[in-house]
Amino acid sequence: MDRAHICLASLALVAWGFAASAATTLDAHIAGGQFDSVLPPAPDVTTTVVAPFRLDTAVVSNAEFAQFVRKHPDWRRDRVAGLFADEGYLRHWASAAEPGPQIARQPVTQVSWFAASAYCEARGARLPRWYEWEYAAAASSTRPDARDDPAWRQQILGWYSKSARGTLPVAGASPANYFGVRDLHGVVWEWVEDAGSMLVSDDSREQGDPNRNRFCGSGALSLEQKDNYAMMMRIAMLSSMKASYSSSSMGFRCASDAGKGP
Amino acid sequence: MTARASLLSGLAASALFAFASQASDRSASLYQMHEKLLNQDGEAIDLDLYRGKPVLVTMFYGSCPATCPLIIDTLRAVERKLDEPQRQQLRVLLVSLDAEHDTPAALRQVANTRRIETSRWTLAHADAAAVRRIAAALNIQYRQLPDGQFSHSTIISALDEQGKILVQSAELGHADPEVLRAISAR
Repeated sequence: MDRAHICLASLALVAWGFAASAATTLDAHIAGGQFDSVLPPAPDVTTTVVAPFRLDTAVVSNAEFAQFVRKHPDWRRDRVAGLFADEGYLRHWASAAEPGPQIARQPVTQVSWFAASAYCEARGARLPRWYEWEYAAAASSTRPDARDDPAWRQQILGWYSKSARGTLPVAGASPANYFGVRDLHGVVWEWVEDAGSMLVSDDSREQGDPNRNRFCGSGALSLEQKDNYAMMMRIAMLSSMKASYSSSSMGFRCASDAGKGP
Repeated sequence: MTARASLLSGLAASALFAFASQASDRSASLYQMHEKLLNQDGEAIDLDLYRGKPVLVTMFYGSCPATCPLIIDTLRAVERKLDEPQRQQLRVLLVSLDAEHDTPAALRQVANTRRIETSRWTLAHADAAAVRRIAAALNIQYRQLPDGQFSHSTIISALDEQGKILVQSAELGHADPEVLRAISAR
């Protein structure tokens, strides 16, 4: 190999290393604030307050998740406890510890909520909460909250109606939004810390509701902003997944409180 | 399920690019979790403290005004339906959803107020992350509301001696025959 080739090869390695670590930085520092979520915090309460937080700028890639699995072999697909992951867990990887080069830089999918949580915890972080995720995802490239912009909405719906056949894009390849965050729309669904809390249902205190007795406190939540279909699809998707389930379209990224995390 | 929730589930199903794989039978034992808890007397306990006995496990919170007392009544209703030897074998674990307020002292208060016999029952505190994992494993949904109350589903799980979930019941106010069958068969 001549010098030029060696040089190119090392450049490629550097580039690959950069891409592989792109999501691991909690690089987006988001101030948060008052926010009207599609999922109101309680009946008759429409506004929530999102505290300052940090968020990965890209979804976690297969290569990044593989580093975690090598360090924490309890999370290999051939060793993971059945309580924490179903049979689809990392099934698409070339081997129990290696995704294989073709999908190394693509978003990791086929991971359970338990596995995604453990990955973030190992990084001194956590999964983003739904309100944090939705807050970050409300931004277009120029505005922190573009949800009232019909063109922006149309763009999002366009992404969601795209066929997802074929391979996933490389993690971090989509354009950055106002907060510098990528991959929020049109790439994969994403686990959130409170995925088990979405309680998509009408008022569960209704008389005659067979689910009535399953809920305590002020009853379940209902959805606002009913024209925000993209967010409702996400909530429906998350609500349909148990914490051990995996899906070829469900990935994740990590978050932390402001001032915490590595 | 209400009409809108059904519609949304349908949406989710059609939006799924590939179906989530089914939960597998490998998911045998709750005791695959190694969560550290504190009991109502401040003693460190493990989630599997009742390994070797049939157990009813569920989640609640101490300041819950209505449904949580009903959970305790429901657990007692199951106990009452068992014969004496079975009742002596059965253990009950109630893990609090309220990591902030349900300290061991607060749980001891609940036990005293509700006359809970803590030789066979345990009220447990877990930190917020452990609460999320345990709730996920038990299929219990919960959310803290702005007023500090929790909205949560009430699911009582019956575990065998190794922690395998035998049956889960959302019925409140009476002893679910399926739970009784599962416990009586031990």
